[in-house]
Amino acid sequence: MSPVLAGVLQLLALLVALGLSYRPLGDHMARVYSSEKHLRAEKWIYKAIGADPSVQMRWPAYLRGVLAFSVVSVLFLYLLQRIQGSLPGSLGFVSIDPDQAFNTAASFVANTNWQSYYGEQAMGHVVQTGGLAVQNFVSAAVGIAVAVALVRGFARSRTGELGNFWADLVRGTVRILLPISVIGALVLVACGAIQNFSGIHEVGQFIGGPQQWNGGAVASQEVIKELGTNGGGYFNANSAHPFENPDGLSNLFEIYLILVIPFALTRTFGRMVGSVKQGYAILGTMATIWLLFTGLMLWTEFAHNAPALDLAGGAMEGKETRFGIGGSSIFAVATTMTSTGAVNSFHSSYTGFGGGITMLGMQLGEIAPGGVGSGLYGMLIMAVIAVFIAGLMVGRTPEYLGKKIGTREIKFAACYILVTPALVLCFTAAAMALDTPSHSMTNSGAHGFSEILYAYTSGANNNGSAFAGLNADTQWFNSTIGIAMLLGRFLPMVFVLALAGSLAEQTPVPETSGTLRTEKPLFTGLLVGTIMIIAGLTYFPALALGPLAEGLAA
Amino acid sequence: MANNSVGNTWRILWAGLRALLVLTVVCGVLYPLAVTGIAQVAFPGKANGSEIQDASGKVVGSELIGQRYDLPLKDGEETAAPDLKWFQPRPSNGLGSNSVNTRYKLILSGATNRSGDNADLIRWVKDAKAAVIKGNSTAGHQVKPSDIPADAVTSSGSGLDPHISPEYAKLQVHRVAEKNHLTVAQVDRLVADHTDDRVLGFIGEPRVNVLRLNVALKELTQG
Repeated sequence: MSPVLAGVLQLLALLVALGLSYRPLGDHMARVYSSEKHLRAEKWIYKAIGADPSVQMRWPAYLRGVLAFSVVSVLFLYLLQRIQGSLPGSLGFVSIDPDQAFNTAASFVANTNWQSYYGEQAMGHVVQTGGLAVQNFVSAAVGIAVAVALVRGFARSRTGELGNFWADLVRGTVRILLPISVIGALVLVACGAIQNFSGIHEVGQFIGGPQQWNGGAVASQEVIKELGTNGGGYFNANSAHPFENPDGLSNLFEIYLILVIPFALTRTFGRMVGSVKQGYAILGTMATIWLLFTGLMLWTEFAHNAPALDLAGGAMEGKETRFGIGGSSIFAVATTMTSTGAVNSFHSSYTGFGGGITMLGMQLGEIAPGGVGSGLYGMLIMAVIAVFIAGLMVGRTPEYLGKKIGTREIKFAACYILVTPALVLCFTAAAMALDTPSHSMTNSGAHGFSEILYAYTSGANNNGSAFAGLNADTQWFNSTIGIAMLLGRFLPMVFVLALAGSLAEQTPVPETSGTLRTEKPLFTGLLVGTIMIIAGLTYFPALALGPLAEGLAA
Repeated sequence: MANNSVGNTWRILWAGLRALLVLTVVCGVLYPLAVTGIAQVAFPGKANGSEIQDASGKVVGSELIGQRYDLPLKDGEETAAPDLKWFQPRPSNGLGSNSVNTRYKLILSGATNRSGDNADLIRWVKDAKAAVIKGNSTAGHQVKPSDIPADAVTSSGSGLDPHISPEYAKLQVHRVAEKNHLTVAQVDRLVADHTDDRVLGFIGEPRVNVLRLNVALKELTQG
């Protein structure tokens, strides 16, 4: 069997697996966020928090919950790293420097998992397992909570109530992320991922002498890193490390974990707004863009147009033998079109166009299918924009799901889509204009520029992958990327929740013959076009200087 | 009013802290301990790193972690020369050694991160190609540049790739047979026995585990 055919078959297998989980998982999540009942364990947790889960919150209160929880999380994670040197169970690793500790804390709380540290030499058990992996769960649960709040905004009328943040946070963690993680972690261990607390220990080698390994709770972190679209590796090589991703099967399973919640949330959305067809239209948009990008990636990587890769006879630089070009390309698209940023191969060594595809995937706003929760709310914002554009074309007040998209709503949506491009382009321009940041580049020319553009694209969009030649452990990059990650995560959430509150207060408008049918393929087409044009026009000049220049030169 | 709002802020931050601590216990303590417990009972070998032993029962590494098969470093050399008696792994130009907590001697996994048009990478690939041709051509067998698969001249993502492609393994057969005084047919069979196909025929790529292959080779030469 040719590698190309094997790659296509793996993609098909992935589609089948995602298709089979779509309905049960989507419906389960809809029940989780609609149910009135609390599990006994949850009641106990609410008691410990001191929150009443049945209190309905309006959008400012919901937002305060999100921000308070996240502020506390950043401070806690920062502190944990700063005192690592004095904590037992840290393998004797020293405390992390302030700028890097800030960057890492911001990164994991913002569901980004950008890493300017080397996992295996810097973070001990306590920080990895008790700090970073915990944020993998809760930052994902926060993302889903905000998405669900927006969906409730569409579904509810004449109220401003969006649900209870604490209940959504706890339920997402306990009823969705934890059960899948327990099963998934064991699947990964069965494939060969490690799960122990042996710390740093010596093992024999073939030619004699010892080698040192860092053993830890890897599988349990790996699974939630993918499932929660976080992406922060236990080891520096991330999911390319054989202890994190041991074989072709674990690789396909990890790609599945990355995509399963973001896609299934469109079903949850459809269920909660009372029309699963509305969910299918969103799903269709996500799947179209994702498949298009995956196809392009497979094509450019198998064609390997780049001087060094041509010389080698294949684009295997930075890729593992067991995954090959097919398994690596599918992973690369999945990880950058969600907010994951885990890597099983190193994007910097992809072809010029391949690197460009990973960047554009993030620049679309990570909505196809996007991060857990953030993908759905990002896509719904684009749907609001698309409905608005369609409304302008025919001269009608636009409406979506029975809600009028008026001045107030479109302002929130417009602010949302301005945040990340502003962060990415301004910080990239600043870094290029200043003297020292460019000293961090490993590569020169167009690719050197791409390293910096990629870094801010990845940070502001909460992806976390990198053109890792860039030495990002400098005060400049630790600080600015840290700020980009926090603003890129929480400012959009402010606008999403404000929009949700505004929608929930409305009285629904009855559907007429002039209403745009947003559950039809025509709307999917309009939405795909809107996304490509908005992102394309925003980023085309920057992409032309980086990956396009590199790809066209090859 | 102002007092009230400050009090309110503190109250909600306090709730946030309590939520974080409870969820840390659940997701950061109970969950990893439970998974570790089950994994250690159900898959002890894999959970502890898939160690493999040679014929004498000595642990010689992990099935999953690539190793170097080099000659001892000679005086004046910067990098050790490969021991051509053994099957050679892929290049690993992206590996590092620990720069913090330096009392440990850890290998840092990693890739070169060089772009496809990077001058270093072009040179590394050229040099690797020349070395593969030189090292693997024997009296009766000349390696052609077109025989060399891409994995033989490129570094992997982790730098710890435990595998090589079956093509690269086959390319090394003549050399390994000569250095170990075995017949080409014997070594060919060894490679065939240690070639893993795709899972279910289409998942992953065909590959040869270099450590397992070399352990078997050692048994064959010394057995």
